[in-house]
Amino acid sequence: MRKLLLSALTAATLALLPQSAAQAAKEEVVLGLSQDRVAITATFDGSEILIFGAVKRETPIPADEPLEVIVAVSGPAPSVMVRRKEKKLGIWVNVDSVLVDSAPAFYAVATSAPFAQVLRDTEDLRYRVSIRRAIRSVGAAMHIRGAQAFADAVMRIREKNGLYSLRENTVAVDEQTLFRTAIKMPADLTEGDYQTRIFLTRGGEVVSSYETSIDVRKVGLERFLFSLSREQPFLYGLMSLAIAIAAGWGASAAFSLLRNR
Amino acid sequence: MNAFLLLGLGGMVGVLSGMFGVGGGFLMTPLLFFIGIPPAVAVATEANQIVASSFSGVLAHFRRRTVDIKMGLMLQAGGLMGAALGVVVFNYLKALGQVDLLVKLCYVVFLGVVGGLMFIESLNAIRKSKKAGGAAPAARRQRGWVHALPFKMRFRTSGLYISVIPPILVGVCVGILAAIMGVGGGFIMVPAMIYILGMPTKVVVGTSLFQIILVTGFTTMLHATTNYTVDIVLAVLLLVGGVIGAQIGTRIGVYLKAEQLRILLALMVIVVCVKLGLDLLLQPAELFSLGEAGGH
Repeated sequence: MRKLLLSALTAATLALLPQSAAQAAKEEVVLGLSQDRVAITATFDGSEILIFGAVKRETPIPADEPLEVIVAVSGPAPSVMVRRKEKKLGIWVNVDSVLVDSAPAFYAVATSAPFAQVLRDTEDLRYRVSIRRAIRSVGAAMHIRGAQAFADAVMRIREKNGLYSLRENTVAVDEQTLFRTAIKMPADLTEGDYQTRIFLTRGGEVVSSYETSIDVRKVGLERFLFSLSREQPFLYGLMSLAIAIAAGWGASAAFSLLRNR
Repeated sequence: MNAFLLLGLGGMVGVLSGMFGVGGGFLMTPLLFFIGIPPAVAVATEANQIVASSFSGVLAHFRRRTVDIKMGLMLQAGGLMGAALGVVVFNYLKALGQVDLLVKLCYVVFLGVVGGLMFIESLNAIRKSKKAGGAAPAARRQRGWVHALPFKMRFRTSGLYISVIPPILVGVCVGILAAIMGVGGGFIMVPAMIYILGMPTKVVVGTSLFQIILVTGFTTMLHATTNYTVDIVLAVLLLVGGVIGAQIGTRIGVYLKAEQLRILLALMVIVVCVKLGLDLLLQPAELFSLGEAGGH
């Protein structure tokens, strides 16, 4: 696992910023990631990304409301075809479908306290943080009558598969300054840039936010096979056949050798 | 997906296919459905695996000269047409979102019919062998429509002089099945060769394996180039387990009686069929399903 000392670097650059910029937002996020790349290899079975950071501030800690932290990681959003089954002639068949055009393939929210407590509904609406809001902000497909049921299905199925998750109380905050959390990523990740947003809130209001991205890529054999199958499908097919023939011949030869012995 | 689960599955089906002398595709593909592999991927990948197991099998038959190459080529000609047709139907239904249904329905129907017939036939065989001490029923050569057709050709290895139309038609049917169900089609072709074409039993298995290699190979290419559903890693895991299992199964098969073997196989086929059938009949827990967008 590559440990990138992003936190130290970011802290250094922020310290060099002129005072006026820091004054506008009183509290700012200084972030670190245990890794900013996730490599999907042939044996990849999920990964845990440690997200940690500090709150940089020029003024003393406000006394009124405690500082809360929300971390939201969102995967790429290829369109997904959602189909619904209905009983026809005694068997269950797909009857209709809706193209949900931008539901992220992965979405995880971690908060430092119960969600309703860390973020007000109006702020959620504005920043689209909760799963429901993040998925609802999808495009035209949502205007179709009954389409909400399909969007709900996307959420339900992906929640069940661990692709969407809301994990309350999983961000640890120390002294209203240091925070850390771990986001678990499942084995069947979609490639792409995973947008990572961090919100600092007080009394349910967002006081500061920060954005970065984590690069998730297939590498090695997995990358090679995937691109070969899409770009050179004929070659890929021939290779599959060659392997099959070789394995068949090899097995036959190996076992007749064993038998003759 | 767990690599050991797939190796084990390949091995298990390999043992069965070695024991019963079947390709195993018609058991492997439903098992892949059960562990959650999308039917489109299961079918395409299984076609690739069958190439391996058939190739391994046909080598032995070539050594024993029990392959009717001329008949095999006729079957292959039909098989290629059938496979192309099957893939077209497959892709059309995939675009409609109905391919899972088509594949599963085909399985329920074929497994039900084949399993049922095999079960009844082996029960009868067991009953007869108890009564008459194993007097095999006389093989009946079918004379009739098959011999009335034009374009006759001589098949020396099989000792036949028949029209080329029935072999091509049998090939077409098996090709369609290979493309849609990801099976070699041996379980349809072997009876068809014996009862419709009247081929001698000793050349039937070798010839059908010979035909299956080309047809499933062609099917693999079609699926790989049009659907991108051939998963090479999955195929390798399955075939490694499969080829080893098949060799073990062949040894075990020697110790069991043919009728008992067949009745076991029939029961297994029926169990898989019932499970697939129930999945279609009972209300699924999740009515919605997610699929990749786009024409394919």
